[in-house]
Amino acid sequence: MHTVERSHDRKLRAIVVFFAFLLTLLSMSSLPAASADDVGTDEYEFVFSGNVQFDREPLENVRLTVEGNGYEAEVETDAEGRWRVGVPEKDTYTITLDEDTLPEGVIVVEGQASVDAEFGLTSTKAVNFFLGEGVRETTSYLDTVIDRVFNGLNFGLLLALASIGLSLIFGTTGLSNFAHAEMVTFGALMAFTFGVVLAVPLWLALPVAVVATAAFGYFNDALLWKPLRRRGVGLIPMMIVSIGLSLAVRYLYQVFYGGSTSQLPGVGMAEMQFGPVSLSWVDIGSMIGSTLILLGVAYFLLRTRIGKATRAVSDNPGLASASGIDVDRVIRIVWTLGGALAGLSGILWAYFRPGVSWDMGFQILLLIFAAVVLGGLGTAFGALVGSVIVGLLVELSTLFLPSDMKYVGALGVMILILLFRPQGILGRRERIG
Amino acid sequence: MIDWGQLFSNAAVELISPTTAAYALAALGLAVHFGFTGLLNFGQAGFMALGAYGYAISTLTFNFPVWASVLVGIGASVVFALILGVPTLRLRADYLAIVTIAAAEILRLIFTTNTYIDVTGSANGLSGYKGGFAALNPLPEGTYGFAPFTNNSYDTWLRIVAWTIVILACLFVWLLMRSPWGRVVKGIREDEDAVRALGKNVFSYKMQSLIIGGVLGTVAGMIFILPRAVVPSNYQTTLTFFIYTILLLGGAATILGPVIGSIIFWVLLSFISGFIARAVEVGWLPFLSNVQAGQLRFVIVGVVLMLIVIYRPQGIFGNKKELAFVK
Amino acid sequence: MSNSPAPRRGAPVKTTGLHIGEAEPGVAKVDPIVVLDGVKRTFGGLTAVDVEHLEIPRNAITALIGPNGAGKTTLFNLLTGFDKPNAGTWSFDGQTLAGVPSFKVAKMGQVRTFQLTKALALLSVLDNMKLGGKDQKGENLFRALVPSSWRDQDRALEEKAIELLARFKLDGKKDDYAASLSGGQRKLLEMARALMSDPALVMLDEPMAGVNPALTQSLLDHILDLKTQGMTVLFVEHDMQMVRHIADWVVVMAEGRVVAEGAPREVMQNQAVIDAYLGSHHDTDLGEDPTRVDTIKELLHDDDRT
Ligand SMILES: Nc1ncnc2c1ncn2[C@@H]1O[C@H](COP(=O)(O)OP(=O)(O)OP(=O)(O)O)[C@@H](O)[C@H]1O
Ligand SMILES: [Mg+2]
Repeated sequence: MHTVERSHDRKLRAIVVFFAFLLTLLSMSSLPAASADDVGTDEYEFVFSGNVQFDREPLENVRLTVEGNGYEAEVETDAEGRWRVGVPEKDTYTITLDEDTLPEGVIVVEGQASVDAEFGLTSTKAVNFFLGEGVRETTSYLDTVIDRVFNGLNFGLLLALASIGLSLIFGTTGLSNFAHAEMVTFGALMAFTFGVVLAVPLWLALPVAVVATAAFGYFNDALLWKPLRRRGVGLIPMMIVSIGLSLAVRYLYQVFYGGSTSQLPGVGMAEMQFGPVSLSWVDIGSMIGSTLILLGVAYFLLRTRIGKATRAVSDNPGLASASGIDVDRVIRIVWTLGGALAGLSGILWAYFRPGVSWDMGFQILLLIFAAVVLGGLGTAFGALVGSVIVGLLVELSTLFLPSDMKYVGALGVMILILLFRPQGILGRRERIG
Repeated sequence: MIDWGQLFSNAAVELISPTTAAYALAALGLAVHFGFTGLLNFGQAGFMALGAYGYAISTLTFNFPVWASVLVGIGASVVFALILGVPTLRLRADYLAIVTIAAAEILRLIFTTNTYIDVTGSANGLSGYKGGFAALNPLPEGTYGFAPFTNNSYDTWLRIVAWTIVILACLFVWLLMRSPWGRVVKGIREDEDAVRALGKNVFSYKMQSLIIGGVLGTVAGMIFILPRAVVPSNYQTTLTFFIYTILLLGGAATILGPVIGSIIFWVLLSFISGFIARAVEVGWLPFLSNVQAGQLRFVIVGVVLMLIVIYRPQGIFGNKKELAFVK
Repeated sequence: MSNSPAPRRGAPVKTTGLHIGEAEPGVAKVDPIVVLDGVKRTFGGLTAVDVEHLEIPRNAITALIGPNGAGKTTLFNLLTGFDKPNAGTWSFDGQTLAGVPSFKVAKMGQVRTFQLTKALALLSVLDNMKLGGKDQKGENLFRALVPSSWRDQDRALEEKAIELLARFKLDGKKDDYAASLSGGQRKLLEMARALMSDPALVMLDEPMAGVNPALTQSLLDHILDLKTQGMTVLFVEHDMQMVRHIADWVVVMAEGRVVAEGAPREVMQNQAVIDAYLGSHHDTDLGEDPTRVDTIKELLHDDDRT
């Protein structure tokens, strides 16, 4: 099984991380002592040491502080980037690298400018800092923005695949389908089942997964929703049924696939630099693929007979059926198409996160809903616009917010937009009376 | 062999557990929202989280006494209701759903982020706030009750307080719903434009209802954390869905429905998970591991939710007469 | 629409001398209760309402007629604060109403019914009626908790409701859910409910549509009764017989504009009115906004080609 550990944190991806330092304890002990780069090593027998480098170049005059147990010392690196600090006790100290003393364009990987260091069995301890290219407010802010925009577009396009299906289903049946996320997960799980468990080649496994999800959508309608429509179950009860379905199916996934995260083949492929933007082939393929599929969907809705019928049903089911459109057939096609799109979205989401897990769809369910609501409930093109906005918001909000709050920005902005344009961006207002 | 006696007594414990009381209260709040006013609040988990964190943070960070911590929680939830309500109560029902669900998630993410770890404890949550409540306990040390309902002094005190609050809340909602205020609110559930045309300030009534139900959820959140710790992952959307399951089980537009719904939910859930676990142990379900079996109960909750909505939409206590018209 | 009211004990007393000068669109009234100026409402490219000037006479029965889609319901929505115009001002009883929310409009005594009936389905008929009551103490959250503070008022309200229900032949149904009423009965219930607040102006959107002819007569009597009680009635109706029978004044709308005004008998002869009716498809109401029909047309167009 091809698994590559990659951080879930997309923010880190934007930063190209280099190893700044690789020194063994043995080589440390043979270093000559210097003045400002060598503090307290004569008084104390316990020594922290390190070598600050970026891109294999040593960085001089970088300031570090060592603090703990009431002791504090400051040190600057020498021309080779080296530093040594002696401390009184064999205990834990906090070592902080002062980012302001780094050259322009170089930063410490987020959250690691300060490390807690502890001695092992020996009386010396090497302390590494991971440096990377990136923004520190003043440096290449624009480049980061551009990079985030690309990530946001990529994310937005994959969201769009899922939200267009949700929107079409809402438009044609009035159902707010909370179980849509489970179709997204289903696509990724099928890709995993075929591509990894059964080791089918990827070019075959992915289409098979999409077809399987399309079938899942079809049976969703045929076995559950159509009978419920026949019974005349109201829209809100139907929505709650979809919540029940979502719970049941999601935990069923966990029963079958377990609670862990696995990877699809090709995850963690090398990234290429295009100016400020770093993308892997998977990213490029994902963006091109989703754009092509979305164009296909647009063609389907605008030009084909059945696509027009779909829009007609969305606009006004009663009138459409009075004009001789087979509404049930349209709805079945919408469910199947919605399933296929959700499945593809799930596969792309598995590459984007990266990872396949039982609740991966549920994690973005709210963003999908946000996209649909933003665009205007029930309008397919609105969902597309909404998704791209949500995708961009999520990625760009990391410029201002900690990355574990990036969804907060997107959801907050959705609430704000609803304040000013309740019918969504492309939606229409209802009539009264 | 399966020890049925043990299974039944474990399940029976849930009959009066504080968790059951907390869910009953949260579901009662949702009944005010959804059952009586027709507000699709999908953020009840957020209101509960505000109660939990409001109480715990006031106690731990600010050293507030119990009554002040409770007030902080309630105040926070009133503010939350206002923030949610002002933009959305004028919009269509499904917008309230999406906004409340999003707002509850925003709260949870804020409580989970590392940024405020000093106050919220981040993903690990908070504990050590029970002292104040325990100090109010008038019961001397010792064991109370009879098997299977035996508890120590703290747990007994907690059960007494929790269920007293539930009973008072039921009384409160009952009084409200049989008054002209309740009539207006039920009218809004049926058709808010019609009620508006009769000269009622629909927005204000919806807001009052949102606040009342939200505060009930917030108090439920406080009861919920008194037997355990505050953990942010407890306040996921799934919590709201469980509360909907309870509400619909009992009957959405009823007073006792949420209480009975919660009791049934927890007793059954405890019994089913106990049963599945034992069944796996004795080899009745050879294709399942113990961990898998643990997840199966959520599958069952989901299926039960679907079945009630489809086959008994008025719930156990709902009015049969309504059934003909439920849309 | 052929339920001609059987002649009753003499024709109803018409109020005359309502206007000042020539009876033309926008003519001034002796004692107007509602005055509109430059009220305009567009939906996308479609101008639904565009009224330069209009006055509704007080203590009279005014009929608002016009072909389907003329903008009558939209005008009702604007007047009652359910919709906001693109431009224009209007006043009720001397108070400007622009920007006043619908519930306040109702509180001021201008109560309406809806073309698509809005019975509160899962409330009993009696509760539906009581909801119409004005200034109820128990509708305050805190007083609601003290039943003794509102019980007396509620009882009085109940008596009034039962009296009204009896007049609308609904008293037998008072404890049933409104959902169990027939379509016509719901119309009646809605009208009765609107009267619970003793309004100064009652606005009825097609009150007779779907009501059994036998009942129409008593309803008409009731509307006439409202006038004798000092109320003003503005109603939308397609049934010309009825309009002729009870209206004191008729306002004709077409394509959003007021094309004619006058006493019932004269206005029917007006060329503009005849044009308005003949120029439109009177009976092809799909009940839907035509802009949404586009995709269907497009589809049908496809069929033609293939
Ligand atoms: N919310 C809306 N969005 C778009 N168009 C609307 C809306 N409401 C009304 N319209 C359009 O405005 C025009 C006037 O509609 P209105 O309902 O006022 O007609 P009406 O005179 O009441 O007709 P009827 O006699 O059939 O009830 C119609 O063409 C209608 O399609
Ligand atoms: Mg109309």
